[in-house]
Amino acid sequence: MVETMSQEQAAWNAAAAVLDPEVPAVTVADLGILRSVTLTDDRKVTAKVTPTYSGCPAVLAIELAIETALLDAGFEPKIERVLSPAWTTDWITDEGREKLRVYGIAPPVKASNSVRALFGGTVVACPRCASTTTTRISEFGSTACKALYKCDDCHEPFDYFKCI
Amino acid sequence: MTSPVLFETLLRLADDHLILGHRLSEWCGHAPMLEEDLAMPNIALDLIGQSRALYAYAAEVEGKGQSEDDLAFLRLEKDYHNILMVERPNGDFGHTMLRQFLFSSFMALFWDRAQNSTDETLAGIAGKAIKESLYHIRHSAEWVIRLGDGTDESHNRMVAANTALAPYIGELFETDDVTNTAIASGIIPRASDLRSAWETQVQTVFEQATLTPTLDHLAQTGGRIGEHTEDMGFLLAQLQFMQRTYPNMTW
Repeated sequence: MVETMSQEQAAWNAAAAVLDPEVPAVTVADLGILRSVTLTDDRKVTAKVTPTYSGCPAVLAIELAIETALLDAGFEPKIERVLSPAWTTDWITDEGREKLRVYGIAPPVKASNSVRALFGGTVVACPRCASTTTTRISEFGSTACKALYKCDDCHEPFDYFKCI
Repeated sequence: MTSPVLFETLLRLADDHLILGHRLSEWCGHAPMLEEDLAMPNIALDLIGQSRALYAYAAEVEGKGQSEDDLAFLRLEKDYHNILMVERPNGDFGHTMLRQFLFSSFMALFWDRAQNSTDETLAGIAGKAIKESLYHIRHSAEWVIRLGDGTDESHNRMVAANTALAPYIGELFETDDVTNTAIASGIIPRASDLRSAWETQVQTVFEQATLTPTLDHLAQTGGRIGEHTEDMGFLLAQLQFMQRTYPNMTW
């Protein structure tokens, strides 16, 4: 039993360390897109992965990277794509949010599940100077998960990881 | 639930999303400003992503060994069962935004209910799609308001867009044997049940846009049985070009 737990933990650790290809400051575990890693039989593991957006072009790259990481760690991985429950930015860990901010991407405002967060006036803090006097330039940014903002105090443009 | 009905239900939804996604992608590099050049392909990506999930599941339900790509790229025109609204040419930017607003407003209501579908996979797809649709509504609604309540030129163009799109609204709410069977099995919501909520949302935005919606226009139909407008063939020629010229090619 102890042996099983530690093997599963080792598999999780290997998969969880995979970086997001589009935002290489955070891991798949930080983002909450690696849902689980389960030991099914001896070295066989099943990793469940959920996409951020339906059309996220990085999904395949992420799945391959997780598969490779598990193979390298000596496991026989099977990757399962799960859609339900749908990924939400609330699953990004506190550590992940801090990593995003340091990287220059404003982390998503919490409580994203409500329609209010989608339609209400969102206050986004500048990741550089922390000012909350910011303006949205574009609802859609360089990737599906980001919007473009600019800071009205330090005048830096920045990405905002939008709520979903 | 017999699988042919589920297959056809999934195919219709997938076709709506693929074809509209393709139309939006035509704007890439041609948008009136950089931000829109990002926005429209982004929305297209969401729609095509949703269609991929639907095609992949449809292929599985069909069980004939077809892949999502076979369904998306290798059918004949009459085998595409999308509504006509999504295949109509983009028109000007205002026309594209109004079409997006009308469509996404409907889909958000549809996905919201479909989250409770008796089909677990479709419910899962709905759970993701609903969140994405809300962004599409917000973006397109803002433009409908800005252009409708803008200059004389932009207002007149929005009035023209409304006139051009009005005949294609009715098909959103159409029912036939396939939908009736799917509704009875709890697979999808009844579109006519969504109509009053849809009209309220459209009215609210149109009011701010100083526009008058045309909600009772005689409906042009035929998309669901593969009777398309002339533009569909040209669209497919572009969409399918690569697979038709180099069969089975992969990236």
